[in-house]
Amino acid sequence: MKFEYKVQGGNFSKAGYASSDLKKILKQLNVNPAIIKRVVVALYEAEVNIVAHAYNGTITIDIDDKQVRIVLEDQGPGIPSIEQAMQKGFSTASPHVREMGFGAGMGLPNIKKNADVMNITSKVNVGTTVEIINYI
Amino acid sequence: MLSFYCNYTIQINKSTTSKNISAQNHILYQKNSYVCRNFTYMLINEIASNINAQIHCIEGNENIDITKAFTSDLMSDVLTIEDSDVVLITGLANIQTIRTADMADIRCIILGRNKHPSSEMLELAEDIGITVLVCPLTLFHISGILYNKGINPILIK
Repeated sequence: MKFEYKVQGGNFSKAGYASSDLKKILKQLNVNPAIIKRVVVALYEAEVNIVAHAYNGTITIDIDDKQVRIVLEDQGPGIPSIEQAMQKGFSTASPHVREMGFGAGMGLPNIKKNADVMNITSKVNVGTTVEIINYI
Repeated sequence: MLSFYCNYTIQINKSTTSKNISAQNHILYQKNSYVCRNFTYMLINEIASNINAQIHCIEGNENIDITKAFTSDLMSDVLTIEDSDVVLITGLANIQTIRTADMADIRCIILGRNKHPSSEMLELAEDIGITVLVCPLTLFHISGILYNKGINPILIK
């Protein structure tokens, strides 16, 4: 099964839509609730990252009987140092993002914690791609 | 009275007593031994009446047993919760509060300091089955009342 969602940078009212949708789909597929939680938390953090930092993005979700593979590709400022961005507490979020309850530098570490596989590539002034794989 | 009390297993670390726990090793103490207190199951209605809160979107959640609470305005912290039967106490009233609770499998949110949910928030909460309590008390006050009633904190892992 393949699903695709468009994400608009800065639009917090829609942030989390893809994650909610995926949660419903995985529930219908009778996936273990503990795995569902890990998958949707990882996706939600990554989705919020696009809304908080990028101009727009696309989420592609591929589900088969062994895994959920999610690829989030955004057009945005990119990440100059992925190593630094992976550190807990490091953040470049705006005050508006912080008002929404995010931007404390926990997004990427939270994704890593909940994903079985996480890959991230980024090019400054072009964008960032995050791949999240969870085995089901 | 709908809530009932259970004896929590007590297993105090032999080399440590509650009297000599410093602030520094308090977390370690909690990791290595069970917290020595009773705990309670509370229904959402009981929680609301204890903190004088208004109830929104209770349908379907009337019989949920709440055993633990977590107080935070930082949604990334909320997303680290692995426990179930948790109530979220927060002063953050926006659409992401509801989304975050959904992702963290939280079925009840208490908005403190009289923060009122928008109609968009309530619509989403109703759609995904999350109860929202609106309470005039501060987060500290709400947390204190519920802790006193036997609702437990989440232990740091």
